[in-house]
Parts: sequence; C-alpha cells; structure tokens
Amino acid sequence: MAEIIQQEKGKGGKKRAKRILPHMDMTPMVDLMMLLITFFMLTTSMAKAKVMDITLPDKITDPNQKAPVIAAYRTLNIILGPENKLYWYPGGVKPEDYNNLPPLNETDFSPTGVRQLLLERNRALFKKINDFNQQFISGKLEISQDSLAGAIRTLKNVDDTGPIVLIKAYKAANYGNFVDILDEMNICGIARYTFVDIAWYEEKMVEFASGGASASATSSN
Amino acid sequence: MTPMVDTFAVILIFLMLTATMSSPEPATISTPYSISEKPTPDFNAMSFLLSADGKVFVNFDNGPDTLLKFRPKILAEMGKRYGIEFTEAEYREFEKYPSSLGVPISQMKSFLDAKDAATRKEFQVGIPMDSTDNQLAMWIQYARTVNPAIQAVIRGDTQTEFPVVKRVLDILQELNVKRFSLITSLEAIKINLEEIQQ
Repeated sequence: MAEIIQQEKGKGGKKRAKRILPHMDMTPMVDLMMLLITFFMLTTSMAKAKVMDITLPDKITDPNQKAPVIAAYRTLNIILGPENKLYWYPGGVKPEDYNNLPPLNETDFSPTGVRQLLLERNRALFKKINDFNQQFISGKLEISQDSLAGAIRTLKNVDDTGPIVLIKAYKAANYGNFVDILDEMNICGIARYTFVDIAWYEEKMVEFASGGASASATSSN
Repeated sequence: MTPMVDTFAVILIFLMLTATMSSPEPATISTPYSISEKPTPDFNAMSFLLSADGKVFVNFDNGPDTLLKFRPKILAEMGKRYGIEFTEAEYREFEKYPSSLGVPISQMKSFLDAKDAATRKEFQVGIPMDSTDNQLAMWIQYARTVNPAIQAVIRGDTQTEFPVVKRVLDILQELNVKRFSLITSLEAIKINLEEIQQ
C-alpha cells in the first residue's frame, strides 16, 4: 500500500496535467453546422401550398335530359377573354337574337373591376356574411369555426337575391384567369356560380368585342 | 462558444425535422394566388401538373401507409391494359420515384431502366390525352380502382393555355370526378363594406 501511495505521489505532476480539460477545437464543427443550417433554410419551403376546392356540374349525356332552367334576370355571364381581360353580360341570349347579339362589357381583375361588379349585385348576401363574421370576430357570437362555416353555407343556400354567375372561358384565356375568377367568387361570397362550356355565339361576341384580332384564327368554329 | 453551438444544434435539428424535401418537378410551375386556406392533402391524392407549355404530368402517392404500395399497383394495372410486363426492379423504381411523370406508357420501361436523371428527362414529354390514345383517362381510372379514396388535385401554371386545362377537366368530368382541388398560393385579401358602398 505504501508503495502505491508513493507511486501516486510520484505521478502527481502528470496527474495535474491530465486534470486540465482537454481543449477541443470546435470551429470546424460550427462551420459544418452553419453550412447545414443554411442548406436546410434555403431548401425547405415552410409555407405549404393551399388548395381551392371546386365542383363541376354533371355532364349531360342523356339527350332527353334538359339543362336546368335559371332565372335570366339573376344570371350574370362572365367570359374569360384573351390578354387577362374579362367580358360580361347579364341574362341570356335567345335563339332569335343570334343575328343581333347583345354587346359585351369589358372589365378586368382589379378590385374596381369585376369585384365591384360582383359586390354590387351580391350586396345583400355579402353584408349578411360580413355581419356574421364580424359578430364572430368580436366575440358576440360564441360558436366553433366549423359551425361558422356551416352557418355561412346555410346563408348562401337560402339566398335568393344574389347573382347566378356562369363562368365561361374563351380559348385564349389561361389557367391563372380561371383561378382568379373562382377566387373572386369566394372573396365576394357569391352563393351560386358554376363553370360551363362557352357557346359558339359567345365566342363570336368575344371576337367582336376584342376587335376581331383573333377572329380569323377562330372562324372554323 | 458552447451556447452558440447548442443553439445551432437546436436550429439544425428543428430544420431537419420540419424539412419537407421538395422533389424537383419535371416542369417549373408558378401557381396562381387565392384566398383559400385549406392545406394540400398529404396522401390519397392524384396530382395533375399542367406546365406552361401544355404538357400534362401525373403523380400518385403510395397511400397513408407505404405498405399499401398503391403506385406499383397502379402501374401493374396500366401494364395489364397496354400489355407491358414490368420487372420487380421496375416496380420498385416506380414506387420510389419522387416527382411527377409525363411518360407515355410505351416508353415507361426504358424510362424506369434509365439510370441517370438526364436520360430520364428526355422521356418526360407529357401524358398523351387525345381521343385516340387517352392514357391520362386510363391513369385516372386505375388510380381510382386501386385507391377509391383518391382525390384529384390540379397544379397548373398561371400561363397554361386554357384548352389544356379544359381538356383535363373534361376527362375528369367524363370519369365522374366532379370534385377536385386546385393548388394555389395563399394571398390575403381583405375587403370591407365601405368599399362596396361607393
């Protein structure tokens, strides 16, 4: 035992040297971490893409089946035209008017364009939905988010004053226009809207309204 | 030094866990904006990529559980329909291929056998969808047989010409897919009542 103690004493100097914490150079590790963080920050897309749901009407395959009849005074036809332009006309076109087509009104996607047009026609319903939302936000109405969505859906279902919007697309339109107009329907709280095929006379109306620039290319229809 | 390293480590771990590896798509798509806040589905989705130059690409997922192996099953159905036999390795390759496909079924075998991305890119010419050879409709049909819960998701470029969109919508409508989602980026728009009183 004595020997051992002596040995310890003898190595005392060495032991003290060992007691000093080993100093590790962390700079390369930090560099690597920085590099990885930068890489991940640049490659990750934090915002997940959103989706907008849409429902198309049934395709009428049975020739005896008639298309549903809607009130002409509530109908608003919106046609997506070339060069991000929008054309609209109210009501419908009767077969006897084919030689005397109604003029198209031109508008655009700006807040003062189509939004103004839709809000003017949908004011009653929009006001109701807005009031409802305001009550919910201010806490006067204590319901869950789901029942709020349900209540707004009911408001839309019972609405009988707002416009029935028929969205049509001319061939020179693009996908961005299509999404924009559907988005506009959601913004303005339009209760009834659907996407339908463009009729031949409407194509003609667009060609006439856009100055016949594309008329020659599309005359085959 | 140590606290800084600790912070870095925490940030790094956080980023690694939240990272959703976005696989490179065959075409760059700039999505339009909308006010919708509904997130995209994580699984049970068949997505249609409509590129600005009018090509159509499809993609499916393997379902909520990877054991379900929906992708190889869909490919097997397609192979049966067009009389092409795929090998086990090709099924595996198809199962883990991360991005959208725009390969005609006749080229699919050579596409899956190709080793590098550059060769594969040449096969990505878009899914044929004209009335004589409507492979897009077949993909949709088999995807729905294999996975009845599948939802259609359309991811178009802002500049995609409308006739291409219309064609895809028509095919979906003919196959009785009437509800589908359009992928958009979020853009907040607030309008108030004063604005409409003008």
